[in-house]
Amino acid sequence: MQDPLIIAGKSYQSRLLVGTGKYRDFQQTADALDASGCEIVTVAIRRVNLGQNPNEPNLLDFLPKNRYTLLPNTAGCYTADDAVRTLRLARELLDDHRLVKLEVLGDPHTLYPNVRDTLKAAETLVKEGFDVMVYTSDDPIVAKELEQIGCCAIMPLASLIGSGMGILNPWNLQLIIEQSNVPVLVDAGVGTASDATIGMELGCHGVLMNTAIAAAQDPVRMALAMKLGVQAGREAYLAGRMPKRFYSATPSSPREGVISSRSG
Amino acid sequence: MPCIRINGEDRTLSGHVDSLAALIAELGLTGKRIAIERNGEIVPRSQHANTPLTEGDALEIVVAVGGG
Repeated sequence: MQDPLIIAGKSYQSRLLVGTGKYRDFQQTADALDASGCEIVTVAIRRVNLGQNPNEPNLLDFLPKNRYTLLPNTAGCYTADDAVRTLRLARELLDDHRLVKLEVLGDPHTLYPNVRDTLKAAETLVKEGFDVMVYTSDDPIVAKELEQIGCCAIMPLASLIGSGMGILNPWNLQLIIEQSNVPVLVDAGVGTASDATIGMELGCHGVLMNTAIAAAQDPVRMALAMKLGVQAGREAYLAGRMPKRFYSATPSSPREGVISSRSG
Repeated sequence: MPCIRINGEDRTLSGHVDSLAALIAELGLTGKRIAIERNGEIVPRSQHANTPLTEGDALEIVVAVGGG
């Protein structure tokens, strides 16, 4: 069944995007990505460790270029300026790569986004030709502004980054989904497969996660669970769920022909 | 000998390091997947060899690492 996710003009079969942080080692990262079936993987950009042996393995060696679309992020940036500089470096590092994840944080305790600087950075990046997938709060007004600036995907949080608290405000997510003309992906907060399913059932176009997989007891197995959870949620959304009937049961089996000593 | 700043740390360059490419070689990073910003501007890979280093330059040298 063809149901591609289209981001910045490119089609993807998988609606699960996975981060590459916090795994035990690069091999486990590669195994989890493989099990998840994802096609887009996020990477962070950091200063090279000058004291370190330069021949140590590099993450990029474990991510086959023809299999994954890399999504460099601006994790850890607290100003629009730092985020823009980071993604310019990413573009150079990844050979004129344009698809990026913008996040500008506002507070080290909650990692809640600074939407003012996010908007500012988004404007600059879009002008410079980047395809910007943007992490933001679940404020529909901000989401609309980011879309109007030209971001190619809106990625509201479901709950705080790395918290695993799941989808705390489905109503706001739904408002954003209904008003948006670009893909909306839940980014941050998913803790287990049912969270991903709920997000997809709401009508999200995809889910981005990292800690929910990396911090599971068995990350490779959880990666598979997430793949199935996202698929289940997407199929349920497309199928269209039955209406809820409050305080009114309807039997699934025929009412007639039941053997009974009470009937005549 | 010029003193420059690399990734936030001051360093004095030895005499033979007269270009960005020479510095990359000195750091053992030749051929590695890195990107470099000099004084706030990206230096494309093709320009490493003919980018001189001068007193007070500030470099950022980055790699891709795991992240979400």
